[in-house]
Amino acid sequence: MRSPFRPAAPPDPAILDDHRRLIRSLQRRRLIQGGLSLGALTMLTGCDVRRPASVQAALLAIRDLNDSLQALLFDPNKLAPTYPASMVLNPPRFNAYYDVMKVKPVDGAKWRLELSGLIGDKRPWTVEQIEALPQRTEIIKHVCVEGWDYIGQWSGVPFRAFLERVGADLSARYVGFHCADGYTSSIDMASALHPQTLLATRYGDDVLGDPFGYPLRLRMSTKLGYKNPKWVTAIEVNNVRPDDMWDKPGYSWFAGL
Amino acid sequence: MDKSSPALSRRRSRRLHPMPIRVMHWINAAAMLVMITSGWGIYDDDVIVRGLHFPQALRLGDWAAPSLNWHFAGMWLLVLNGLAYLSYGLVTGRLRERLLPIRIADLVKTVRDTLHLRIAHEDLTTYNAVQKVLYVVVILAGASQVLTGLAMWKPVQFSGLVSLLGGFQDARVVHFLGMSVIVGFLLVHVLLSLLVPQTLWAMLAGGPRVGPSGHGEPAPLP
Repeated sequence: MRSPFRPAAPPDPAILDDHRRLIRSLQRRRLIQGGLSLGALTMLTGCDVRRPASVQAALLAIRDLNDSLQALLFDPNKLAPTYPASMVLNPPRFNAYYDVMKVKPVDGAKWRLELSGLIGDKRPWTVEQIEALPQRTEIIKHVCVEGWDYIGQWSGVPFRAFLERVGADLSARYVGFHCADGYTSSIDMASALHPQTLLATRYGDDVLGDPFGYPLRLRMSTKLGYKNPKWVTAIEVNNVRPDDMWDKPGYSWFAGL
Repeated sequence: MDKSSPALSRRRSRRLHPMPIRVMHWINAAAMLVMITSGWGIYDDDVIVRGLHFPQALRLGDWAAPSLNWHFAGMWLLVLNGLAYLSYGLVTGRLRERLLPIRIADLVKTVRDTLHLRIAHEDLTTYNAVQKVLYVVVILAGASQVLTGLAMWKPVQFSGLVSLLGGFQDARVVHFLGMSVIVGFLLVHVLLSLLVPQTLWAMLAGGPRVGPSGHGEPAPLP
């Protein structure tokens, strides 16, 4: 488990150089003086008892502990229930951090999937190249953190097969995703390698619709909806946790089902 | 000379609510409030009862993420304290002593007396049949909340539990009903404790001394 005291990424050494004079000017006495007045300030800001920073920090620390427990509970061989095609909702339910009218369709002809990090072959992929890979179909439930769910039929490349194909380091800890709309998401490697985790290109019998991630999205049965990035443009394998859009505002990062 | 008798009588004449019970009761009260109000914050994004929204002033957390974090922090307090309470109640025999037996005849009599406004509450040490039923129901509702909560939290890892409950949305509905039962209990429980303040004081200070049976017998003199 990552220590909560260690930053996700080490600070740029240039920052230290920029502030060398300031650091030299720090004296213990001034530090104590400053500390005291800072303490007094926190008492002033502590007026709102429902939202003190210490309570928020404690809640996030417990969330991260719960995330570690979720990782322990995750069984890499446990398959999510699957359903008959007759139960599939078509078209699927749209959800994003903006309205469906604001979706900017991606031009499949110009689109490329970029690869970075601990990957052997980082050549970008086109839609045709991805569609030529062995395909798999999963009829699985999509569960949103808000509480609703629907059954969807997704087809595409098993993510494990793709990662093996490009020579990704499967012992790395994280896989990160960047999306055409600026969305970012990252997942643990164990969930990335789960047999029902797909790089989906089709829904039902059709190519993915624009609102649902054309040309490529991640679809996994073992995590909440917000961990299924749409319009994926770049994939990164790393031991430092890549950016995740919903982690900072406070949602669970692991978000396992 | 009987050397053991003062110590013995003190042990026999324990309080109605021993210290562990009081501590666990108030921890549970705090945990329940956290779970109910944070749950109301989570509920609002996808309502179960059309048109039913909980006002922001009653929700713990500004929006869903902090409400979820409160809920998943409070669950530890609720579950660990609840397990301690049930273990204590089973090992010491308190649960059986307080809540059993429940006889239908007593239940009918208590309801009839209550409707005739004859509510006897001089003896705090013996629960009437309605009280017993309410306590048993709320304990079962609490256990149900934990199970349905687990099913919603991990519908893939605990998929067997979900199908036992009928499905993911059914688990949500049962969880919502469990909350409703607990909130209903809470309203009656708090109202009655305010109407008969000795009960509230007993849960703080321990209440009257009780005999070996756990009920209001005079303790043997030293």
